[in-house]
Amino acid sequence: MKALRRYVDKIKPNFEKGGKYEKLRSTFEAFETFLFVPDTVTTRGSHIRDANDMKRTMALVVIALVPALLFGMWNVGHQHFLALGETTGLWQSFWFGFLKVLPLIVVSYVVGLGTEFFFAQVRGHEVNEGFLVSGILIPMIVPVDIPLWMLAIAVIFAVIIGKEVFGGTGMNILNPALTARAFLFFAYPGWMSGDQVWIAGLKHGLRAVDGFSGATPLAEAAAGHLGNLPSAWSMFAGTIPGSVGETSTIAILIGALILIYTGVGSWKIMVSAFGGGLIMGLILNLWGANAYMQVPAWEHLVMGGFAFGMVFMVTDPVTAAQTETGKWIYGFLTGIMAILIRVLNPAYPEGVMLAILLMNVFAPLIDHYVIEANIKRRLKRVKVTA
Amino acid sequence: MNKEREPLFSSKNLKLITDPLNSNNPITVQVLGICSALAITVKLKPAIVMAISVMVVLMVSNVVISALRKSIPPRIRIIVQLVVIASMVILVDQVLKAFAYDVSKQLSVFVGLIITNCILMGRLEAFAMGNKPWPSFLDAIGNASGYGVILIIVAFFRELLGSGTLFGYPVFQKIGLYNIGYENNGLMILPPMALITIGIIIWVQRAKNRALIEEK
Repeated sequence: MKALRRYVDKIKPNFEKGGKYEKLRSTFEAFETFLFVPDTVTTRGSHIRDANDMKRTMALVVIALVPALLFGMWNVGHQHFLALGETTGLWQSFWFGFLKVLPLIVVSYVVGLGTEFFFAQVRGHEVNEGFLVSGILIPMIVPVDIPLWMLAIAVIFAVIIGKEVFGGTGMNILNPALTARAFLFFAYPGWMSGDQVWIAGLKHGLRAVDGFSGATPLAEAAAGHLGNLPSAWSMFAGTIPGSVGETSTIAILIGALILIYTGVGSWKIMVSAFGGGLIMGLILNLWGANAYMQVPAWEHLVMGGFAFGMVFMVTDPVTAAQTETGKWIYGFLTGIMAILIRVLNPAYPEGVMLAILLMNVFAPLIDHYVIEANIKRRLKRVKVTA
Repeated sequence: MNKEREPLFSSKNLKLITDPLNSNNPITVQVLGICSALAITVKLKPAIVMAISVMVVLMVSNVVISALRKSIPPRIRIIVQLVVIASMVILVDQVLKAFAYDVSKQLSVFVGLIITNCILMGRLEAFAMGNKPWPSFLDAIGNASGYGVILIIVAFFRELLGSGTLFGYPVFQKIGLYNIGYENNGLMILPPMALITIGIIIWVQRAKNRALIEEK
């Protein structure tokens, strides 16, 4: 550690004003502050001072994502060998999935950070660390077989159109990871939906054994094959086809606990989002016009990407509502919209992505009315005493 | 009365044509006519036909309104402008139906909607009502080209990336892009991408032409 610090200090002058690599200053700064907590503090204005800066916050989210990621890697292998009708050990499945998922992660980070560094250099501001989380989220919400060049284009699109045009990290309206997914979903639907894309190899001509269906539970339900739904336990545990990191509700709940314990993710949003989903499910149960509507409400919470979205995506502090009351409303409506789109719109088997993006757009409006209501309430109080 | 008669292409008149192409572009600077720019830019051919139609309509109505400008009672000027535009649009629509039926079908309702295109009303109201026919004519050419240029740029990217063709010619297929795993981008065909493309054009334009950036 000391040697590293000495080395960083040694090369530092090169990047300062007048140094050899002055132009690359923001790049250098990004790496330095990533390795070491900077000793500079804000001097003016009122700021909350905390040892936990943005880079450390982001790192916590990444840690919270690790259980889901590891499980996802194993599941990729598990599903692949299941399709072949082979039984394999834990490590063989994991290793297969690891090799499949690693390129996605590498491409996502290299391309995404490359774009961020490029913009930081051109605009001369420091590199924002916002992509640390998006970079790991993106590989976890795509099908494992997505071609790497498509992923790269989606990441560039998400970073530029989703974030940089609004002014970079902290200014974006839409969640960048979901922007990337929405881009892929609408640009290359053949690689993002159907029953071929979720199992590694099927799209490339791998022949599955008879009777094996690569469709996700949501696709089965949307098609009306409710008898084909896997057991609730396997949906909860996550041994089902789906995007890389979204399948296991257990692993996601572990991540949720980490987020809530460290205070990085808002428990209010998570609770109200799950509540919203549950209530919408119950309303649909009462309606019960078709078989899909009669799926037990709680089962919706473990199907598809609901849990993943409601734990890791809705709680994104930048795009979520900021006020405390607003968080309840925002989470609740996201949960409702997700189940509503999922069940009632046959074109989109999974509504979580669109629901979150939609509510991202409404978050500032919710905040606005919460603040207005607060102002009105306080004004009233003033009048009474005066 | 016209002692110092202006030359036909004085620098002032030329500016009427060049300004709308860049620093006063109807789409990217005034943000008018966005609706049709999103709707008919999926393919190059309809976009070009649309650009020409708008140019014809705008040229004629600008000149007509400019010639009538002294005799139009101010209180009913909007309705008079609308009548002129509407008659021109119907003419253009009929011509398209007669001689370019395919394109006319692709453009569908959007030829008729030229009537409501803000660029036309804007030019008639803001320019033709207060200027002589010749400058009005140049102004029409300038603004319609400014509109058309953006339309064609957007349509170029949308057709190339969305369908892999240009004027229906399969460019990407000919150079063998599909063989190495390339696929057309379905999002480019959807309207949101047209909006984003226009946004990127505005971004590029402002990066080049700093005078356009508003002060904070």
